[in-house]
Amino acid sequence: MALVCLRHMKKNQRGEIVNIKADGELGRRIRDMGLVPGTKVMIMGRAPLFDPVALRVMGFTLTLRNNEADYIEVEVK
Amino acid sequence: MEATIALAGNPNSGKTTLFNTLTGARQHVGNYPGVTVEKKQGTYSRGGLDIKIVDLPGTYSLNPYSMEEEVARDFLLNDQPAMVIDIVDASNLQRNLYLAIQLMEMGLNVCLALNMIDIARTRGIEIDTEKLSRLLGVPVVPTIARTGEGSKMLIEAASKASQYDRSPLTISYGDDLDQALDEMEDLISGKDFLGDICHPRWIALKYLEKDGKIISQGRERDPELSAELGEITRRVADHLEKTMNTYPEAVIADHRHGYIRSIIKGVITRHHGEDRFFLSDRIDMVLTNRFVGPLIMIGVIMGLYKFTFTYSELPVNWLESLFGWLSSSADAALPDGLVKSLIISGVIDGVGGVLGFVPLIMFMFLGISLLEDSGYLARMAYMLDRVFRYFGLHGSSVMAFIVSGGIAGGCAVPGVMATRVLKSPKERLATLLTAPFMNCGAKLPVFALLVAAFFSENEAMVMLAITLIAWCGALIVAKILRLTIIRGESTPFVMELPPYHLPTFRGLFIHTWERTWEYIKKAGTVILGISIVLWAMMTFPALPESQQTEYERQRQGLLASTPSETIHEVETAQGRTLPTEESPALQTGIEAIDRAENEARVRYSLAGRIGVALETISSLAGFDWRTNIALVGGLAAKEVVVSTLGTVYSLGETDPEESSSLAETLRESPHWSPLAAWSLIIFTIFYAPCIVAVVCIAREAGSWKWGAFSVVFNTSLAFGLSAIVFQTGRLLGF
Repeated sequence: MALVCLRHMKKNQRGEIVNIKADGELGRRIRDMGLVPGTKVMIMGRAPLFDPVALRVMGFTLTLRNNEADYIEVEVK
Repeated sequence: MEATIALAGNPNSGKTTLFNTLTGARQHVGNYPGVTVEKKQGTYSRGGLDIKIVDLPGTYSLNPYSMEEEVARDFLLNDQPAMVIDIVDASNLQRNLYLAIQLMEMGLNVCLALNMIDIARTRGIEIDTEKLSRLLGVPVVPTIARTGEGSKMLIEAASKASQYDRSPLTISYGDDLDQALDEMEDLISGKDFLGDICHPRWIALKYLEKDGKIISQGRERDPELSAELGEITRRVADHLEKTMNTYPEAVIADHRHGYIRSIIKGVITRHHGEDRFFLSDRIDMVLTNRFVGPLIMIGVIMGLYKFTFTYSELPVNWLESLFGWLSSSADAALPDGLVKSLIISGVIDGVGGVLGFVPLIMFMFLGISLLEDSGYLARMAYMLDRVFRYFGLHGSSVMAFIVSGGIAGGCAVPGVMATRVLKSPKERLATLLTAPFMNCGAKLPVFALLVAAFFSENEAMVMLAITLIAWCGALIVAKILRLTIIRGESTPFVMELPPYHLPTFRGLFIHTWERTWEYIKKAGTVILGISIVLWAMMTFPALPESQQTEYERQRQGLLASTPSETIHEVETAQGRTLPTEESPALQTGIEAIDRAENEARVRYSLAGRIGVALETISSLAGFDWRTNIALVGGLAAKEVVVSTLGTVYSLGETDPEESSSLAETLRESPHWSPLAAWSLIIFTIFYAPCIVAVVCIAREAGSWKWGAFSVVFNTSLAFGLSAIVFQTGRLLGF
């Protein structure tokens, strides 16, 4: 159990979102897609140039840029 | 009045497929006023029902951040449809319900279509529809849009439910916000504030969510009350910030998701875990693999390119021969003169120019729809985003660049239209303004001519350099635009990678046909008009009579000095080899006079005068008046540069594909040098797009301002660059 930033999670690592610091449009978009505290995520992989990152959330796959993932704190297992 | 049903839903929920199933071919596509979001309408008429169906753009939410969301919400608020069918992906219920409850909070009559229920079942997801319907208080109908299963029941349920009035859904957002909402609601209903837009609690909620659009409408209507509501919002926001380090927007979203979780808890039974790997994920392990993925992507891009430009060749050729035949028929049927010239060079060439692009556009849209509907396009954006983001663009920009001629020989017209796959407005605008720098098929004859004349030893190297210059130029200009006039943070890349699936043929064809037809209808008329204007510029004013008589006198003189049998022979020969020695001489003599007259005529025309007048400036880049005229002509279509150069060098009409004699003339002309050729190459890459592309840019960008911008900006940029090349080259002694 440890708090890490989503950017630093490894492939296939799982965790639960604890905090989202983003405001404005980015915050709204992240929340619209179901990324809120309590949501479970798993890292599916990263693009060939290591950015963006692909996540599994509530059964679908979502992509985020690394600098957008910085706003999301995850408690990893 | 007939009832209206609006279709709402997330992207990739099968909404468009359901729309096609419900309305069949009876649909109409247009644009929402002032924006480039497509508006689709159709009619459902079966079983005695006659219902108007509007397909709203796919959105995840109704917070008006994107154009799609704004358009969808405005439609729902202004048009008040009798019923909203929300199409939800049954495999993704939790995320999809986020939109559904926002619709219900607005107080709209909602009916849920639980779509792709078959896929959910194979994924081991079972949904208790009745319980879901009871908990949400709206009808829920399982459907399979691809096969049409459930669509009849859906419409029946929807039209039955539309007869009842529904009270808006009220969700608890926690004590702090609920108290604020109650307080605001009282104030709002006391003054019937914005009552024509929506009910009081929703208005209050929008104030808490800092919804710019509603707040500015409110400020206009009642500045005092609006300020009061703003004050309550600030108070509660401060409180949340101090006590919980969060904002109202975040709390609202959290509670909505919490509400959804509590509803689906007893509704969904999963036979597998949420993280289970499906076929789609296994495909992704290959297609987005770090090493194999990019290679496959290059293959797919090449494939799309080949598909668009190779297979459309045959219909393009048919159209060309059709218009060639029309030209020659008109040539034979009409007497020489202005009318004939207008019909052939203005109308037939203009219409031919418009329709000549149709097969290209159809094949491009078919190919891109296939990639988009199958889900691969999202993967391309995912893999390439890192590169394009550096230049202020988006991963999806690649399609537009490639189709425009990123692989030399494309076309900017379908390329500009291909920017429709970009959902982020700033990135889209930057892409559609820079894609025309790519080397389209019509610029190639210009390069081929110059390469043949001056660089015939290094042909391949020069062509490679031209391609690289175009790419670097486009990306750098995109970066500059994004730092200046299209400044602003990049749109978040929060994007879904939808599961792969086979697109339906019907969907692909409807999609392709609609967009092609729109092009013919809207762009066609404008382009015809402009091509007539360009024709007039190259034709008027006509040579003064004295000069025309002079050329005629020369011809008559030549004829008079030739024996009459030879003249008879030439007149009846019509392509056969001429027996006597004098006749070829006579023929070339007459042709030489004709060509000299043509040269004089073009130089005398408005376009010619512009060319001559610009010579003082254009000589900075090494262009004489002949090149200037050719470049003005190139505004109609880039290959015209070659044929016009032929005319002004008195070589007669030059076929762009066969320009070897022109190349020789240029090589020997004192006005030309390899340096001047480079200067013209640079200019051709960057200067104003052809009129068809300009019209498309204006239409896609939603304003003529951007069409004009691309003409002025590109031409200035091109001139600046070629002048730098030419002057530096001269200083270095080339």
